[in-house]
Amino acid sequence: MTSTGIGAPVRRREDFRFITGSGQYVDDISRPGQAYAVFVRSPHAHAIIKNIDLSAARSAPGVLGIFTGNDLAADKIGGLICGWMIHSKDGSPMKVGPHPALATEKVRYVGDHVAVVIAESLNQARDAAELVAVDYETLPAAVDVAAAQNPGQPQIHAEAPNNTVYEWHLGDKEAVDAAFAQAAHVTKLELVNNRLIPNAMEPRAAIGEYDRGQDSYTLYTTSQNPHVARLVLSAFVGIAPEHKLRVIAPDVGGGFGSKIFIYAEETVCVWAARKVGRPVKWTADRTEAFLADAHGRDHVTTAELAVDGSGKMLGLRVKTKANLGAYLSTFSSSVPTYLYAPLLSGQYDIPAIYCEVDGVYTNTAPVDAYRGAGRPEATFVVERLVEVAARELGRDPAEFRMQNFIRSFPHQTPVIMTYDIGDYPTCMSKALELADYANFAERKAESERKGLLRGIGFSAYIEACGIAPSKAVGSLGAGVGLWESAEVRVNPVGTVEVLTGSHSHGQGHETTFAQLVSHRLGIPIDQISIIHGDTDKVQMGMGTYGSRSGAVGMSAISKALDKVVAKATKVAARCMEVPEETVDFNDGVFSARGTNKSMAFGEVALQAYVAHKFDSSEIEPGLKEGSFYDPKNFTFPAGVHIAEVEIDPETGVTRIDRWTAVDDFGTIINPMIVEGQVHGGIAQGVGQAMLEGAVYDASGQLLTASYMDYCMPRADDLPSFNVAMTNTPCPSNPLGIKGCGEAGAIAAPPALINAITNALGHENIAMPATPQAIWRAAQSSMRKMAAE
Amino acid sequence: MTEVTMTVNGESVSADIAPRTLLSQFLREHLRLTGTHVGCDTSQCGACVVHVDGRAVKSCTALAVSCAGSDVVTIEGLAKDGQLHPMQEAFREHHALQCGYCTPGMIMAAVDIVNRKGTELDERTIREELEGNICRCTGYHNIVKAVAAGAAAMSSGEIRQAAE
Amino acid sequence: MYAFDYQRPGSVSEAAALLADGSGAKLLAGGQTLIPTMKQRLASPPLVVDLGGVAELKGIDRAGDRLEIGAMATHAEIAESPVVASAIPGLCQVAEGIGDPHVRNRGTIGGSLANNDPAADYPAAVLALGATLHTNRRGLSADEFFQGLFTTALEEDEILTRISCPVPERFAYAKFPNPASRYAMVGVAVAKGPQGVRVAVTGAGQNGVFRATDMEAALANAFTPDALKGINVDPSLMSTDIHADAPYRAHLVAVMARRAVEAAAA
Repeated sequence: MTSTGIGAPVRRREDFRFITGSGQYVDDISRPGQAYAVFVRSPHAHAIIKNIDLSAARSAPGVLGIFTGNDLAADKIGGLICGWMIHSKDGSPMKVGPHPALATEKVRYVGDHVAVVIAESLNQARDAAELVAVDYETLPAAVDVAAAQNPGQPQIHAEAPNNTVYEWHLGDKEAVDAAFAQAAHVTKLELVNNRLIPNAMEPRAAIGEYDRGQDSYTLYTTSQNPHVARLVLSAFVGIAPEHKLRVIAPDVGGGFGSKIFIYAEETVCVWAARKVGRPVKWTADRTEAFLADAHGRDHVTTAELAVDGSGKMLGLRVKTKANLGAYLSTFSSSVPTYLYAPLLSGQYDIPAIYCEVDGVYTNTAPVDAYRGAGRPEATFVVERLVEVAARELGRDPAEFRMQNFIRSFPHQTPVIMTYDIGDYPTCMSKALELADYANFAERKAESERKGLLRGIGFSAYIEACGIAPSKAVGSLGAGVGLWESAEVRVNPVGTVEVLTGSHSHGQGHETTFAQLVSHRLGIPIDQISIIHGDTDKVQMGMGTYGSRSGAVGMSAISKALDKVVAKATKVAARCMEVPEETVDFNDGVFSARGTNKSMAFGEVALQAYVAHKFDSSEIEPGLKEGSFYDPKNFTFPAGVHIAEVEIDPETGVTRIDRWTAVDDFGTIINPMIVEGQVHGGIAQGVGQAMLEGAVYDASGQLLTASYMDYCMPRADDLPSFNVAMTNTPCPSNPLGIKGCGEAGAIAAPPALINAITNALGHENIAMPATPQAIWRAAQSSMRKMAAE
Repeated sequence: MTEVTMTVNGESVSADIAPRTLLSQFLREHLRLTGTHVGCDTSQCGACVVHVDGRAVKSCTALAVSCAGSDVVTIEGLAKDGQLHPMQEAFREHHALQCGYCTPGMIMAAVDIVNRKGTELDERTIREELEGNICRCTGYHNIVKAVAAGAAAMSSGEIRQAAE
Repeated sequence: MYAFDYQRPGSVSEAAALLADGSGAKLLAGGQTLIPTMKQRLASPPLVVDLGGVAELKGIDRAGDRLEIGAMATHAEIAESPVVASAIPGLCQVAEGIGDPHVRNRGTIGGSLANNDPAADYPAAVLALGATLHTNRRGLSADEFFQGLFTTALEEDEILTRISCPVPERFAYAKFPNPASRYAMVGVAVAKGPQGVRVAVTGAGQNGVFRATDMEAALANAFTPDALKGINVDPSLMSTDIHADAPYRAHLVAVMARRAVEAAAA
């Protein structure tokens, strides 16, 4: 291992610009002559737009243009799309209503886009936006996902009767029924997976620009996948063909899924740039982010686990209603289906699983992938059921899990997935040791002496990452392939530029990707640059989400590096005048076996460009190679998290006393960065379990639309985390990487709720387990204890 | 419009601005010091923290005109003579940032904590003092470590060389 | 933010003159509430009168058995003031618990009191202390000053100048913060001083800060946590929101009152 190679905790190369205030986020960019856009948004959850009067706004100072959905339609600008087709049980395609970038006939959630005002200054645009007079006829709203399909509920899209987008299922219903028929014990839970608002710290932003001379557009946008944005805006929305649209996602301040999607705002900005003849900039304020960023989770589930007399799991039955919001966002349909049900086997050998999911429209913001996307929801179902089953059976929850862990690989689950490798018992054993599980009872007694309730909770999660084999996802309804591209450009002086279709918005690719190159080419890391986020530089890519950048993006780089080394070996052989097969490449040096001849990588690069020493009809000059890597399988990171809490029953205040995480991510490129990903994921999972929850009132008003009411995890809400790793290298990709970005957010919520319910002595608490909820639940615990 | 003059990162600056210009807007739009970020509307996230007359302030919640005559330091002014401030160095060394958006405010807040609470900071103090700064990426684990290390480095006056 | 004119007077009388025309001018103290409100376009004063340049509103002094705090004293100044620490140490803790360090560096006691946010901390402290709130015209007792949600006895053109607190024998404040906003979801201040025992509750009441008179009576008999046993506030008078319903708030008032007495008696 070199000091900058694979496995080294290399300090991040991107940090200098961030710690000195020199980053370039979209809102930091100022284009000559830029104007400012403000969106007029619906104050109603559901209403007919009877009339929009722009006259007063048009004559306001500084106004350059005001546009509505009719203007988009007149320019034949299409609506936003959902890129994953789901079929219902009966074989019918999902029922999708139109999603215009600016609403035309109806508005369907508070924050829906009605018009855009573009003015010389932001304040002028805001002033004028207040003068846009929209005449609404308000309609009753369907807000609650549990009730939205009921007869008599307001109908949100004519295309989707009973607000039902699909009634989907996966698994073998008969096999599951048979398993339950022979069960010795059934554990049943009603679970709500609370709705979350992603809240990347950088609000979304966009600058659209039109070059009249070139007849081409440029869009600066806060995107996790600029090429997908270009593809959608070109092929579906119809802004401009791809060769006339450049999309740049510069420094992006966090995404967590919310910046995957193609939204109304960037669509309108890039289109309007041509209309007003000026660059058009829009930056969300935090309120807009709350209202109109795609939200996450929001499931209502009934789940049952069947167990035989020995404690062996026999079957799992799950019925979920998934809230998709008022419109189908870019990947929304896939999240509660193919990113959810295939994970319901968890780490366990469960012979029969059946899951039904209804995708439901409501008059709320669109719901789409948020860190973990479907997998946290599945893990919450499985790990709550398993923990409660152990309690009901009087079994130690760790030992009950151990009994049911999958132990041989590959393992085919009853829900699509073939787990390629893992070692679940080792993770569990290590976690038990690090968490000092053996002495938990002592700590609990000590807490009790202080009048406090202590609880411990487990979560043995699995996720499917490295998204995804293109052919496989295509067969499941995906509209795109999920490979990744890379190009390795070796310059004549031996420095290297890597162009990747992955996008870094906090993950540290400029460091980890360069570590791979340094490791493979044996060159110093400062001779390597990683280029991403610009469709004019990187030809094509699928972006960063689903913990795919290591497993898929770096695999593409690895493949391209193979080609670079192969060609450079040929060049070196010609230069050294030795047979190709006698040339070895190690630590940046090509050497001819059995001779004292050698050439440094940089020398070979120069010779490749000089092209004096070889026949150009046999070897092309230059040294640049590319690869499109399509993964063979998903990857399956897994691990065990153990949370331990102490509750003050008098107030409901709950302190997380310790957190242990043991994760198996396969090969680790940079342990410092991987641990950071785990920390952040846990914090978001703790947020879901104890702090965060989007609340709409019955009329569809979002009550948690600022940090005054939406509780973000702060430093004093969290402990330091005890993080460790095990390693079974992934056999499905050349580097053995599984992915680490989402694990914490997936593992944490059930661990914490299991700890809280363990402390309370009953299961009756929902997320977020706020002080009020815990206080109330603790009252019944205390009454129960008193009665005993 | 109102004429405003203040010192920013050691240099005197003047501009004719609308009274409704926030200090954050003045820094970002008039001076193009875009290291100071804005992450919320309700004065909570702390991405915009700068020092005004030696004390941490949320620049999104101060009028630029109110800061006339003040001495303002932003993230761009923290490094001196090309040498990173020990707190900047500590954030890099301890991987206390991921997306980097909250980082300028976080570092300015961290320096302010040391100014007020001294260079020996325990974990609990650091966590409580970071109440006004929200990070969505790091789970704060490494920020807490970095603030403690940065504080200690400020005490010794040592400024580490670049880590790599 | 809507456009406005801006003035920065050098004295209270100049400031008062700027308010006198009744056009709806707003005083800017620390701005930690006013500026976010204006940013969200929920307030649109034609004129903002910045009190930051008025020296006579600053300063913290001990005058005999009273603590005199200028209305423009920031939360940080009060938290760090040795004068406050020696006179009413619990008041330092109130200030230390407001907002976050950056907010405390700009927010002022006068601004907070004049705003009278039902979830603010100072109203409970000042009411429990039985302070006198001096304006450019008169002195108001705390009982007169607070008049419900965001409402005080201040006239349109009246300026709060100084808070005069009798130094109590005992004082403490116990706060249960709202997990999201960190404002008081319930805050209880207790004081034993020249005006007897006073208990004031913020964050919880439907009508803003209020005195818990049953608790005061019980504590007047015995200033001990046990004296509060069995005394509860009426849940029907408590506010309800997504973070805490009325019964929970009522419960927390009792818990925080006991904790405040424990701290004050310590």
